[in-house]
Formats: sequence, structure tokens, C-alpha cells
Amino acid sequence: MAMEAGEIERLIKETFPDAEVTIEDLRGDGDHYACHVLSSAFEGKTRIQQHQMVYAALQGRMGTELHALALQTGTPS
Amino acid sequence: MLDDNTRQRIQDEIDSTDVVLFMKGTPVFPQCGFSAAVVGVLSHVGVKFKSINVLEDPAVREGIKEFSNWPTIPQLYVKNEFVGGCDIIREMYETGELLEMLNTKGIDVQIGEEA
Repeated sequence: MAMEAGEIERLIKETFPDAEVTIEDLRGDGDHYACHVLSSAFEGKTRIQQHQMVYAALQGRMGTELHALALQTGTPS
Repeated sequence: MLDDNTRQRIQDEIDSTDVVLFMKGTPVFPQCGFSAAVVGVLSHVGVKFKSINVLEDPAVREGIKEFSNWPTIPQLYVKNEFVGGCDIIREMYETGELLEMLNTKGIDVQIGEEA
């Protein structure tokens, strides 16, 4: 199962309106993405918490439809 | 669903071994690129770890996700603490935080801090 990059971005921005989201389709198959999210919402959070926040924004799709999403998070510098 | 029996089994595993990796496949024959990547990092760092193949146990495979509130596998635990999945381990390795964390927790590693 796959998911459109635009849909991933939409879900993330819905939760983090200030987020800067970069998504790369790693293999061009719509199934292996690298996603980089910068948001002020991550300030003061551990990496695990930041990733969990993004996973929550993806509403359960992570680990199911999205198996291959490499995630990096951070705060805007 | 995470039943009490499965929760206890997971808890026993991470209580009894300092470094535990829940993964798909085995270190010699990983069956997922993300699991393979974490095995690669741990091997490179030279840390001894116990691996648990979730593909052999559907209850653990699903239960571990609830146990840690983390939707994907692999999952690494060090001294009873959930450290993260593939992306976090890779990033921590690249920044040197992984070695620092292992050192802080008193885990033996086989390469120096300069790595």
C-alpha cells in the first residue's frame, strides 16, 4: 500500500501549520519516502516525542500504509 | 492488542538484557532494510545486543508497538529505556549521541569515542 507525498504533507501541516515539510520519494515508487519536518512545535521535545507527534499527525498510517518513511524532525533555526 | 502475558514477556526481555533490539529477521539475515540498518550501526559501534525476531511471534510483533507507543519495528531498548527506531538510531550515531548514551549508561563498546 502506498500514500501520496502530498497527502503526507497535508496531514502533517494540518497538525503543525508552521511546519516546513520536505518529502523525497526515494525510489520513485510512491512507497519509500524520506520526510523532513521542521516546526516550532518540537521545541523542548525529545526526538522520540517529536517523531511520535508526527506519527500521531499521520493518524495511524505509519506502520501500516506507510512502512518506508524515513523521518527527521527538528526546530527551525 | 497487548495482553498481560505479552507485556510481561517484553518487559522480561528488556529487564534481563542491557541492549535489546526488536527486529524483523535476525542480525545475520535481516528481513527489512530498517532492521538491517540498525544491526549495521550496532555492529559498527561494537555493542553486544540481544535480538528478538518479531516475525516469529505475532503477539510481540503487534504488542511491542503498543508497549512503546511506537508504530514501527525495529525498536531498540537500552537499560530498560526505549531509545528509538531506525531513523533515530541512525541520527544519534551520526551525531555521536549514540556512543555518548551507551557510555553514559555504562555499556561496553568496542571502538573509541573518536568514531
